[in-house]
Amino acid sequence: MSKTYDGEHWIVEGLDLTVQRGEFLTLLGPSGSGKTTCLMMLAGFEAPTRGDIRIAEQSVQGIAADKRGIGVVFQNYALFPHMTVGGNLSFPLEVRGMDKSKRRSRVQQALSLVRMSGFEERLPQALSGGQQQRVAIARALVFEPELVLMDEPLGALDRRLREELQFEIRRIHRELGVTIVYVTHDQQEAMVMSDRVAVFSQGRIEQIASPEVLYEEPTRSFVARFIGENNLVKGEISHVKRGVCTVQVEGGSMTAAHLGDLAPGDRTLVAVRPERIQLRPQTGAYANEFIAKVEDVTFLGDHLRVRFNLFGHAQFIAKLPNIVGHGALLPGDEVRLGWAALDCRALNFEDT
Amino acid sequence: MPHARLVSLALVLPLFAFVGVTFVAPLASLLSKSAYETRIHDVIPETMDVLAAWDGQDLPPEAAFAAIAKELPSARANRTLLRLSGAANRLQSGMRSLITRTAQRVPRTEFAGTWRETLAEIDEDWADVQTWIIIESAAAKFTLRHYLQALDLEAQPDGSIKARPQQERVYMPLLWRTLLVSLSVTLLCFLIGYPIAMLIADAPPRRRNLLLLLVLIPFWTSLLVRTTAWIVLLQRQGVINDFLVTLGFLRDDTRLEMIYNMTGTFVAMTHVLLPFMVLPLYSVMRSIPQNQLRASASLGATPIQGFVRVYFPQTLPGIGAGALLVFILAIGYYITPALVGGSSGQLIANMIAYHVQTSLNWGLAAALSSILLVAVIVLYLLFNRLVGIDRMRLG
Ligand SMILES: Nc1ncnc2c1ncn2[C@@H]1O[C@H](COP(=O)(O)OP(=O)(O)OP(=O)(O)O)[C@@H](O)[C@H]1O
Ligand SMILES: [Mg+2]
Repeated sequence: MSKTYDGEHWIVEGLDLTVQRGEFLTLLGPSGSGKTTCLMMLAGFEAPTRGDIRIAEQSVQGIAADKRGIGVVFQNYALFPHMTVGGNLSFPLEVRGMDKSKRRSRVQQALSLVRMSGFEERLPQALSGGQQQRVAIARALVFEPELVLMDEPLGALDRRLREELQFEIRRIHRELGVTIVYVTHDQQEAMVMSDRVAVFSQGRIEQIASPEVLYEEPTRSFVARFIGENNLVKGEISHVKRGVCTVQVEGGSMTAAHLGDLAPGDRTLVAVRPERIQLRPQTGAYANEFIAKVEDVTFLGDHLRVRFNLFGHAQFIAKLPNIVGHGALLPGDEVRLGWAALDCRALNFEDT
Repeated sequence: MPHARLVSLALVLPLFAFVGVTFVAPLASLLSKSAYETRIHDVIPETMDVLAAWDGQDLPPEAAFAAIAKELPSARANRTLLRLSGAANRLQSGMRSLITRTAQRVPRTEFAGTWRETLAEIDEDWADVQTWIIIESAAAKFTLRHYLQALDLEAQPDGSIKARPQQERVYMPLLWRTLLVSLSVTLLCFLIGYPIAMLIADAPPRRRNLLLLLVLIPFWTSLLVRTTAWIVLLQRQGVINDFLVTLGFLRDDTRLEMIYNMTGTFVAMTHVLLPFMVLPLYSVMRSIPQNQLRASASLGATPIQGFVRVYFPQTLPGIGAGALLVFILAIGYYITPALVGGSSGQLIANMIAYHVQTSLNWGLAAALSSILLVAVIVLYLLFNRLVGIDRMRLG
């Protein structure tokens, strides 16, 4: 599907996405990349300009938000300030005409699920941010929707609380088996929580895969840059052979994993993970061996973060384990570095 | 006291002084006029001094007779006699002629040994305790007379208080009418203002500013201009009547009477006070996040349920503020009813103005104002109990 608000700028373009029942799918992307817009289209607050949304094979085009039965957790909670916690939770049950005693037990259940039992009589203002968010989650679950959307639900919380709630949301997902579509711009959060992550950039999905695959096998340079840390080296492909390609880079040639759509002559960005770089490898052990000049060394306890000047690229980073011999590096030293062909990937070219 | 506190005290003192001089003092002096008045007392001060020690059972002592025999003629010469005779006559008819006659005759009547006998010779009513009771209460410094009058009550000769006969009641019906009109105008403003405020609050920014301007321009225009505009529109030969006649809905002799009566007052007041309802409502509505209604829809509430259960309750503070503003302004409204109310559309404020400007009965004007003030305070307290003033938002 595609979406434009003003008829000029496409906020979401050619999005094609399938969510499995019971899955925890995260939409990850920088600010303004159209994640909220996608979620709002799923929830029924916005209509796609083109394309269709189907839930369980049924098109939901034209079905109003209140008839879709999808739970939504909003970024700033959106609790009703004039109702107590209990009132907020029983609201969706009341509008469904559930009788009072049943409502009560459901509300109790939902509150104990988010570990907020005993807070029924409080007004939302009298709760901390984390508690409000728990209530908001309980409210989106209390009417037992099969699909729950969460738009940066933890964005406003401090780090510790965020980690605690990430864990809780995971637990709830496992316990209830609901399908969750989760939006965040925090890649770590996405990695920790999701079954699959869809990386968004400018209204398109760059890659959709499990967290491990995204990290180990990015297929797009945007993903390589966005997930974790990567050295991206500009170059041009010269040969391709059995999944491996040779790339001409400034001051040498590199051997990298080759992905389908690049042909000899194409420009490319080669991604090298800093932790895959070996210092002074045995000669001939790796396909890639280079002499680099140390620019500076940062001591970080369990590892050293070393900045090299390599390929005219003064920001080439390596994370070296803190073992004997590595500590002796000094700025200005010239050392040999090496990494395996499959530890670096030739990706689409993108000007940075 | 620490230095800093002295300084801060010195800084707020001018403010207090300003509020005191411009607000508290005039208000207090006006309100005191409703119950404390020396104008009449000062016509016969010596007599009143003597009567102060009198028990009201038997006739007063000779000194009282002597004093009043001296003071009535001199009051007549100073032209202050009418104050006393008028006030006394309001308590009992016949008192005016008794006092006037006595003041004329005293210098010409032969002294009969005591002033008691001399006055009794002029008119035997002077030998009646009742006469003295009336004189004393008419000239008293502290008096509830204005309040009685304002409440359409009257004191009987025996001292009891009774409501005036139905057809003589003036002020209470007017007060009720004022309350009723104010409440209806408040309700009208709410019914018209709520959708307007909602429309503005939900509009995209460009349109919102335009709409807000449309509310504010009349607000910034002179009250007089707006009220006269309604005269142009509503009068018998006005735009609306002409239009309806042209279209054939009315004949020339069945033109609608829409002004110089209650209708005129209603229409013009509602129009003039509408912004006071719209603005607080608008400000409260703007502060309700858009995702409140989205949240309610995502929870399965229809748009109507969402409005009734989620949106409307959150606008209550704005409704409270707007209603209180409109009501308080309406209850003291003066210019609009004076211009477009005719005789049937006048309100209590117009009566107060009449007593301040025309009849110069400031005591009565003050009493009416105090009653109005008390009514407003009572309603305010009631409102506070029901809605809670601290929850209000004044835009
Ligand atoms: N109602 C709207 N009308 C017009 N443009 C909109 C509207 N809502 C969003 N946009 C635009 O769509 C683009 C994507 O917005 P969206 O809120 O989907 O981003 P997002 O990925 O959720 O970003 P964030 O992480 O900051 O929440 C933005 O450029 C935004 O300006
Ligand atoms: Mg967003």
